[in-house]
Amino acid sequence: MRTFLGAAVPVGFVTALLFIPYVLLLVHSFWRLKGGAITHELTLENYRRLFGTDLYPDTIFFSAGIALRVTVFSLILAFPLAYLLAFKVRRHKQLMYMAVIIPLWVSYLVRAYAWKIILGQEGILNGLLQSAGLIDQPLTFLLYSRWAVILALTHIYTPFTLMPIYAVLEAIPPALKEASQDLYANRWQTFLRVILPLSLPGVLAGSTFAFVLSMGDFLAPQLLGGNDSALMVSNLVWSLFGVAYNWPLGAAVSVVVLLLTLFLLWLANRVEIAMNYGGQSDRMIGSVRGGAAV
Amino acid sequence: MAPLLELRHLTKQFGAFAAVDDVSLTIASGEFLTLLGASGSGKTTTLRMIAGFELPTSGEILMDGADISPLPPFQRDINTVFQQYALFPHMSVRGNVEYGLRMKRVPRAERTMRVKQALEMVQLDQLGARSPRQLSGGQQQRVALARALVNRPRVLLLDEPLGALDLKLRKEMQLELKHLQTSLGITFVYVTHDQEEALTMSDRIVLMRQGRIIQIGSPRDLYDRPASRYVADFIGETNLLTGTVVESKNGEAALRIGVDVLRGMSDGPLMPGAEAWLAVRPEAIAVRPPEGGGSGGNVVSATVKEAVYAGSAIRVHAALTSGQRIVAHVPAGTSVPVGKMVRLAWPTDRGRFVPE
Repeated sequence: MRTFLGAAVPVGFVTALLFIPYVLLLVHSFWRLKGGAITHELTLENYRRLFGTDLYPDTIFFSAGIALRVTVFSLILAFPLAYLLAFKVRRHKQLMYMAVIIPLWVSYLVRAYAWKIILGQEGILNGLLQSAGLIDQPLTFLLYSRWAVILALTHIYTPFTLMPIYAVLEAIPPALKEASQDLYANRWQTFLRVILPLSLPGVLAGSTFAFVLSMGDFLAPQLLGGNDSALMVSNLVWSLFGVAYNWPLGAAVSVVVLLLTLFLLWLANRVEIAMNYGGQSDRMIGSVRGGAAV
Repeated sequence: MAPLLELRHLTKQFGAFAAVDDVSLTIASGEFLTLLGASGSGKTTTLRMIAGFELPTSGEILMDGADISPLPPFQRDINTVFQQYALFPHMSVRGNVEYGLRMKRVPRAERTMRVKQALEMVQLDQLGARSPRQLSGGQQQRVALARALVNRPRVLLLDEPLGALDLKLRKEMQLELKHLQTSLGITFVYVTHDQEEALTMSDRIVLMRQGRIIQIGSPRDLYDRPASRYVADFIGETNLLTGTVVESKNGEAALRIGVDVLRGMSDGPLMPGAEAWLAVRPEAIAVRPPEGGGSGGNVVSATVKEAVYAGSAIRVHAALTSGQRIVAHVPAGTSVPVGKMVRLAWPTDRGRFVPE
């Protein structure tokens, strides 16, 4: 009875919250829109339209491009920070770690709006630059541009990137560093040959987080994006389900993005297994799989 | 033998706590020296300062007369075998062994040859392509040894290298390490808390306690002539009998414990009437029937409380008439009457008075 319940509860959750919605999504993507109404008639029309026009593939590539840049910037910020936290900070380590993580408890919306306040025409940044006499007119390219989107997403997903990197760095036994130095490697060589290779599983997990999450983001482009960047793939799906009232096409786009994301997660997982050096280290990506999918 | 390493007034403070407190020591070239002590005695910190992982708070470490204490570990001609081996998990066995040679920019051909020799030396030449995680504890330990020795260091530091192995393997490795050290002629500085290990392998033992050296000497010196009660108790098993000095002359003294008077060797004269400790090794004590002719040396009556079979010997726990406990080891097969009176006997020169 106990084991039955133990299995039934998670299976029930997954069925109700993941499996059924995804099946509905998949089924919708094969239905036809006729005269503004969804008819239950199987068709490949939605997929044909999706791949037949430039708009949809272009938007997917554009989103991937944004996500890639967010990933790179998040890594650039997160890795040194994680390194400092893991190896250099001795006192108040927990406090410092919390300081990095705490933004995750602040509503996403609040953080996105914060960037609006900072970057806007009457914003803090323009105010500072003007009062410093560096500019006469407020800069208008700060807000409503792809860089504003990348900036906000990087800010939001850097902690997600940092956590797995910090976890792997923390797990590296200090004796390995000492062994390397004992064997004539200086600090830089030790970093390149011991610390960095051993941190790769965490880097991979962090990159996967940043990429997948920012690829599926729609608030940042909505609030901060400009003419060229208000439309990432999630915004497209949103408008297809909303204003355009074309659920079948929206579902088809979602399915394509979902498959792409699953492929990326699978790939990351394969790479991680290949890096696992024949031992049983913690699997970072496997454990977050699914949870991060769109 | 010329001194290779010299520690001069070496001190390491962690805050107000002195982990190593004014340690001075010379280590000869080719010597097997063991730093022995309980946990917290400062032996590992001393080793870590020699390796360069810790900077001394004060004092010097001289190698061939030059102070190396400010040098980082990678500039010292010293290698270390770590307690948990610290093998690089992302490299093969061969990659691990080759690491030091690569860092030293040894040409490839020579590198390959030396790695091969090192792996042969520890009988792992078949396993070079394996990942360290695929090896047993004993094999990992050999890789760690090969990884350090391939660099032909002047000094090899070993930090409890056998601690994680089971007893049988540990005994084997003790002998193997000793043979390796003798045949290579490399100076070993070995840290252990296991006094038996120290006795088996060392040329000299440095016994440490609370950051200080309390005795330096050959295993024999420490075993037979412990400088203090603590040493007598720490090295091997020993009976420490306490009583009042009644007589002291010509390197001998006598101790009264209740009705018994026991004689033993003493390095210096003892004050009659003072309290003193007499150390007697269990294997020196013979158990005899209660009646019989007296012979030279010490003979005391005792009651057998317990006889514990321990394979090659029987450990006899007895109580003197004063109530003090005493342990004797007698050959297995001897019949020991538990609960009965016996006589315990040992020669005068097998007992030694030890200072506090």
